[in-house]
Amino acid sequence: MNPDVKYFLQLVLSGLTKGSIYALIALGYTMVYGIIKLINFAHGEIYMIGAFTALIIGGVLQITTELSPLVILGISLVAAVFYSAAYGVTLEKIAYKPLRNAPRLTALISAIGMSLILQNFVLLAQTSDFLPFRSMIPDFSFLIPGKSLLTTTQLVIMVTTFVVMLFLTLLIKFTRMGKAMRATAQDKVMAQLVGIDINRVITFTFVIGSATAAIGGVLIANHTGQINFYIGFLAGIKAFVAAVLGGIGSIPGAVLGSFVLGMTESLGAGYISSAYDNAFAFLILILILIFKPSGLLGRNEVEKV
Amino acid sequence: MNRLLSEAKKSLITSLWFMVLTFPLLVIKVNTRDNTVVWRWMNLLWVAIGAFGLSWIWRRMLERREKGNTRIQSSAWREKVTVFASNRKFQISGLSTLALVVVLFPFLVKFYQVGIVTSALMFVILGLGLNIVIGYGGLLHLGYAAFYAVGAYSYGLMYLYWGLPFWVALPFGAVSGALFGLVIGFPVLRLRGDYLAIVTLAFGEIIRLLLENLSGFTKGPEGIAQIPRPAFFTKLSLQGATTYLYFIAIALVLLAIFVIKRLEDSRVGRALEAMRDDEIAAQAMGIDLTKAKLTTFALGAVWAGMVGVVLAGKTTYINPGSFTLMESVMILVAVVLGGTGSIPGVILGAFLVTLIPEYFRALADYRMLMFGVALVVMSIFRPQGIIPRVRKRYTVGGGKE
Repeated sequence: MNPDVKYFLQLVLSGLTKGSIYALIALGYTMVYGIIKLINFAHGEIYMIGAFTALIIGGVLQITTELSPLVILGISLVAAVFYSAAYGVTLEKIAYKPLRNAPRLTALISAIGMSLILQNFVLLAQTSDFLPFRSMIPDFSFLIPGKSLLTTTQLVIMVTTFVVMLFLTLLIKFTRMGKAMRATAQDKVMAQLVGIDINRVITFTFVIGSATAAIGGVLIANHTGQINFYIGFLAGIKAFVAAVLGGIGSIPGAVLGSFVLGMTESLGAGYISSAYDNAFAFLILILILIFKPSGLLGRNEVEKV
Repeated sequence: MNRLLSEAKKSLITSLWFMVLTFPLLVIKVNTRDNTVVWRWMNLLWVAIGAFGLSWIWRRMLERREKGNTRIQSSAWREKVTVFASNRKFQISGLSTLALVVVLFPFLVKFYQVGIVTSALMFVILGLGLNIVIGYGGLLHLGYAAFYAVGAYSYGLMYLYWGLPFWVALPFGAVSGALFGLVIGFPVLRLRGDYLAIVTLAFGEIIRLLLENLSGFTKGPEGIAQIPRPAFFTKLSLQGATTYLYFIAIALVLLAIFVIKRLEDSRVGRALEAMRDDEIAAQAMGIDLTKAKLTTFALGAVWAGMVGVVLAGKTTYINPGSFTLMESVMILVAVVLGGTGSIPGVILGAFLVTLIPEYFRALADYRMLMFGVALVVMSIFRPQGIIPRVRKRYTVGGGKE
């Protein structure tokens, strides 16, 4: 294969991988924003806690038992999803629920505080070093010839993301809970009047958002092979950028934004400069907010007095 | 009795929930490098006890908040303080004692202590600067450390390339801070609230990345070293320079307080507050929002620019690592903790944020955790801060309170 073409393909595939991970995190942002109109600043930390839980549970099982890697992967994924969802719900109860009618700035400051708490909790309870994460995804034999182009982990990430998206779309479009979520997002008071328990809807949203973030955390840990307490910050910011890029509050928008961001980062790092790969995300954020603040698929919000 | 039991049951449930919640992270410690697992069961006990007690206190505080009786108490208390503080004799004697202590301080204590207090004073100025943006303008700025970096680097680079001294760099730092404020303010004019917070955060990170990566110009991550301390006619000893910087910081604090006090009652200051309270209404009253927002950013950034120059002169070494998001967050904590919009509040907040970790070394590791807790607790229970702002009130009949 022509080396230039191969390089391009590698970049595109790594962009898709990145985009998938961003999408898994961005969904949580966009869903929470849609319902309580708050940027859940601590969402990146929930993703980090998912990755850490998987590392701990997976590590204990790897060291003390003889289970096969796939079983361990399954157990640690379930544990990560459970714990992330539990942290997400607790976080909402402690830091956001008492502030539901407070000015948005106050709620945002509380969210920043929560993000600091979770980061430093993991730092103090575990370690500040990067911990190696042994990949638990075995290599598929049919992929071995093309290994330099697409690794098994990358393929698993893309497929999983696709499945999660499909599941979420069905959930929101066709279930009772999905309907309640859409109603709450449109008008909280009206939703209450027609008998929707808003607190349950909000809790459910946090569960789903945190669970998808946890899946993202476990996958990225398998992919990069190491994690520390700080991975949530940058991932959180980038996923936020993706959510804003697509139009915050819009689920297909978050997915589109994530892939655009992943591609830009990957191609930008590959062809322009890798020193600034994080700056691309910020640059995109600033440009989109200046020129199209409602995002690619978002609706314009008209402010009324 | 019944009530006590039901409270105990609630706390017990919370306690159990937190035991489940913290189990993997607090109890198990896996080292995936050398394959060892440490089980720390004792931690579970601490969590159980802690969660039980704290959840009890938490619910009581929420109840009190619902009733809203804290406000009445604090205002009665406040009344007494105001009466006492407005006594002319007390004011004069209080202020002159304070002035005496401030002037004599560096000669009474070890110069190591002077250095610490100077850092705290620098933080006070940063807090006051950010307070203009958050407290008056109502714009949550999470990239404030970038302005600080701009100030520090303007001295660093001016010294590096042209050999210019501290006193030339100080006004230049202020100007470049303000210019950067305008540069950042311009693209974010249309944004408010949470979007603004994230974009300013992004700007802060971009500036840090630029400082790190333009290594030909800024010396990159290793930073600029051997920047001279400010000279008082001749070059000062380390001790002399420390004392000198202390007085420079004091002077800047006084200047900041004076300017902000004047700003509060000025046309510009009132325009900013109107914008904070309601942008649309302010616009309808004829306030130019563009101008008001840009003014906010520039006025806030000036102080960070100046403190940046002082920092470069104090530490003689600067690198991009000193201007991370954590720095911005710490300044934010100082403002929120003390009281947004309140000058004495912000001063107290800045001292708390810098001096507590300094004098309680054992707590230093828990510093950021405590700041996080402070942000959440303050937001929920006392959003106005420790020393809330007193706004001028006008009563019908011309009487001014």
